[in-house]
Parts: sequence; C-alpha cells; structure tokens
Amino acid sequence: MSVSDLSALNAQRATPGARVREVHDSFHGDLLEVSMGPHHPSTHGVFRMIVTLDGETIVKLKPVFGYLHRNHEKLGETVTYLGSMPYTDRLDYLSSMTNNWAYALAVEKLAGQAVPERAEYVRVILAELTRLLNHTCLAGFLMQDCGCSGTPLMYAFREREYILDLFESLSGSRMMCNYQRFGGCRVDPSADWLAGAQKLTDRYGTFLDEFETLLTGNEIIMARTQGVGKLSPELAISAGVTGPMLRATGVNYDLRKVDAYGVYPRFDFRVPLGDHGDVYDRYMIRVLEMRESIKILQQALAGLPAGPIMDPKAKLRSFRPKAGEAYGRIEGPKGEIGFYLLSDGSPNPYRYRIRPPSFINLTVLEDMCLGHTVADAVIILGSVDIVLGEVDR
Amino acid sequence: MLGTGLLQGLGVTAKNFVGSFHDPARLTTIEYPEVKTKLPEAYRNFPFLVTENATDPMGTLRCVACQICEKECPPQCIYIEKSKDKKPDATGKPQLFPAVFAIDTSVCMSCQICVEVCPFEAIKMDQVYEIATTDRFSALLLNREQLAKSNAYYHEIHPTEAAEVDARLAAERKAAEEKAAAAAAAKAAAAAAKASPVAKPPLTA
Repeated sequence: MSVSDLSALNAQRATPGARVREVHDSFHGDLLEVSMGPHHPSTHGVFRMIVTLDGETIVKLKPVFGYLHRNHEKLGETVTYLGSMPYTDRLDYLSSMTNNWAYALAVEKLAGQAVPERAEYVRVILAELTRLLNHTCLAGFLMQDCGCSGTPLMYAFREREYILDLFESLSGSRMMCNYQRFGGCRVDPSADWLAGAQKLTDRYGTFLDEFETLLTGNEIIMARTQGVGKLSPELAISAGVTGPMLRATGVNYDLRKVDAYGVYPRFDFRVPLGDHGDVYDRYMIRVLEMRESIKILQQALAGLPAGPIMDPKAKLRSFRPKAGEAYGRIEGPKGEIGFYLLSDGSPNPYRYRIRPPSFINLTVLEDMCLGHTVADAVIILGSVDIVLGEVDR
Repeated sequence: MLGTGLLQGLGVTAKNFVGSFHDPARLTTIEYPEVKTKLPEAYRNFPFLVTENATDPMGTLRCVACQICEKECPPQCIYIEKSKDKKPDATGKPQLFPAVFAIDTSVCMSCQICVEVCPFEAIKMDQVYEIATTDRFSALLLNREQLAKSNAYYHEIHPTEAAEVDARLAAERKAAEEKAAAAAAAKAAAAAAKASPVAKPPLTA
C-alpha cells in the first residue's frame, strides 16, 4: 500500500475531534483505549485515567476517581465538631496543618470564636512550614514522574523529614497533627521548638539553592516540561482552579492577599505569577513561593508575641455553636481549601462540606493533556499536585 | 552553553555523594531496628489507662467510667461498661470504675481526643510503636488489664506533661481535703449548736 493510499484511508477514519497523525506504515489502525491506574506509581495514589490514544498522542482522557472514597463528609455530620478535626488531617495528608486551620477557621466563624494573637502567629508559621514541605515534595514527585529516578525526590524527602520532625515534636505526630483547636492551638510551642524552626528557616534557602541548581537549569527538564500541559487563564478561572496552578497561568489570586485572613496582612511578601501556564511554570511558581514562605517565616518568628495560645473561653466538650452557616477558607499549598458548615444548634454539624483544591484542579486535566503524549500526561498530572485523600474524600 | 545546567546538577549530586562520607550530619538514615531514634516527648501513639499503684493496677485506675471518651472518640473505638459497685478514689470519694474498658487499636487513629476530654487525667497517650501481631482481631483489641500502665511509666514517657498533671491532681486533692475538713468542721459546729439549749425561733407562717 502506498503512502498516498494510507493518507486517504486516514482521512476517512478520522473521528470528529480526534487528531489523527499521518503514520506511514501498514500497522496504523484504530484508536487505542488504555487504562492508566488505578494502581500505578505515576498516578499519585489510586487514581485512574482512561486515555484514548492515537499512536502515542492523547485524543481523549477520562479521569476516574473515587477509589479512596471514605464518606468523609457524611462522617462529619455524625461526629462532633471536635471529632472532625483529626479526620481533616487525612484529607491532604501532606498538609494536615493547613487543613486543620481551614476547618478551625470555619468553626470559629460559625461560633464567633476569637483567636489569641500568638495562636494566629503560630498558625501562620505552621502553614508556611506546610507550604515548604508540600512544594518540596511536589517538586520531588514531579521530577520522579519526569524520570529522574530517586535523586531529587530523596533530596526533597530529606528536607521534608526535618519539617516533619518539628511537627512531631510539637503536635505528637508527623503527619496526622490534629493540632489546631477552635479558639487557638492545642500546645504552646516551646522556646526550643521555636529555635528549631528558626534554624530550619535560616537553612532552607541554602537547600533551595542546591535544589534549583540541580533542577531549574537542567536542559532535560526544560525540554520535558516547557510548553507541556498549557492551561489558559480563562479556562483556569472558569474551572475554578486555585493555588499555584492558577497563578502559573498569570492570574493574581492568592487568598492570603485577597481574604487577608489571620495575621497575613502584617507580613511583607509577594505573590509569584507565571507567564505560560505550562508544567515548567507550575514548578517554578512553587519554588518561588517557597522563597516567599521563608520570608514570611522569618517575619512571623521574629514578631511572635507572648500570651495565651488558646482563648480561655474556648470550649472543648459540649461545644454547640448556634444555628447558622459559615464558610472558612485559606490558601493551602494546593489552592483554596475551604470548609462549609451548617449548624442546627446540635453538637454535630447538620451539613459538612469540603472544597478540596486537588479535586477541582484535577477537573482541567483533559484540557491540559489533549495533543500530548502519554509520557507527558504523567508529568502534567504530577504538576497538578493532587493527593487522592483529598480528591476522593 | 547547552549542558551547563546538567553539569551543575551533576556537581550537586557529586557533592552530596562525597559529603555523606565525610560529614556525619549528612547521614540521614539510621540502622533500624538495631539503632532507634529518641522519640520526642510529645510523640503519641495509642492511649493507655493510668494507674496510681503498679502493684494493684486494677484497684487504682484513675478512670471512673464516666464514658466521656467513649462518646467523644471520633472512630468509636472505646468500649466501657460501668461497675455495679463503687470504691474510693485517690481523694477518698466513692467512685465507679470500669468493669470493662476496651480499645480496639485497629480502629484507633491516635488522635488524642480521649486524652483531651478526660476530666480525671485517667487516659494518656502511649509511645509504643512496635505493635505488629499475627492476629488481626483479638490481639489488637486491648482490655483494661493490657491498657493499664503505672503513673511512673507516664512520667517516664512524658515527663513534663506528667509533672503538670501530678501538680494539678495534688492541688485538686488538697482542695478536696480542705473542703472535706471545712465541711466536717461546719457539721461539728452545727451539731454543737443543735445540742445547746437555745430556743428555736418560731417558724413564720
């Protein structure tokens, strides 16, 4: 069969919407449907992508999730307000401190609970440490997805462990911190702990320099990630994408600036923005955000006031906020993490709803992957930064 | 020049590789289980019940079977049955005690909420982590005999916290004793007043 015959055949076969390449061999055939996952190391958990391939190019991608569904929101209606706090650790298990904070913020809004200043500062310190931890891990995972087997991920995990040591010595658990309470924090950080946090903050810039020398200028990584998985700002906004994903497209939207919750207005920091909205920009945004986080940490540790860590009027047992509704949201490392609570005056919320950033950022996966190869789909998924505990709830 | 970034990156890995032979701070792993890291004081893993006296653990449980932790436990892993009779606690007040106190550690998520809600400082977080068993069900369901650990053990694992708790309990005990003494004195005074032949004021209509 000659080349011209195949082209004609190809033209007939082309399904609407599918971009079929000219493949000049007799093996060229139908589109192929491949199920990636649910148990695949590149899917960051039990997540499945049904990709329709033309050769190696993706013409259709259907994300399938729910394998890790554990009834989180319904459970939230059956346990007390306090009882939901340890469950929020298990949403995005890389950033339990920010999940705790978002939930505590929602309940505090609902109950009209004040928070002492020291607790606000400690919350900012922990949230920024969480951001460092999450972004470092993400960069490591992304490079693992690119094929840099081991080294960047192990460097990232080495640093992550230092932050987790801090969390463990403060809250008692590395990842399931269960630290924030309605009206403050559970434990007051000691002077030793604060010295440790200061040491880590001072040192982290050096690690970032090393990490960037390893990755940012690397020609292979640039070739793999630049121009891949582009997301337009219009689509990002209309799909409700938040966090570094949105800022990588150039949209200036950071809840720390927009909502100015907690004591964030007191700190001097900038919001890094991307230009292209591709995978490389998403990686760079995270690195730059880490640099800003270090700045915030320095300021927060320097300005940490003395005083109580918990509001003395805060109630632990028999906590019944009056009937009403509240939505508390913060800028988590992955985007806007929010909790919506509807109270009917009983010890349990009547409705408990979470707005998980990973889940909503994942909805634009197909738009980013179309026209790219399977290997690119893996790094595009990696750059979205998902945690399946949060996607499936 | 193309490849400069790659070479710089290789420099970083080389530095890390060589550095781990010279600088002990760069060795980030240890040879577990031969070597173990020291756990931070705040570390928590599964609750235990505090007993005052190690020789009589069941007789000196601080727990009074109030069932608050059972109610508050988010995954509902605590099961308590109250005793029928009462026995005196540390302050001498007759109290109930748990006839059955079981924690299903396969369900427990070590969230520490039972510890926070307990008004009697009776349940605290343990630090054991080598708890693997070959039995999936009954070996992970701990009864009160397995859960009971002495206050001395509590001091060993959480020294700062335990000292605070002891101080608080001592203050409570002292206050209770003073109150009891005051009540006894008032009672004695009332009895004395009753015994003395003073005409009672007539009851007003």
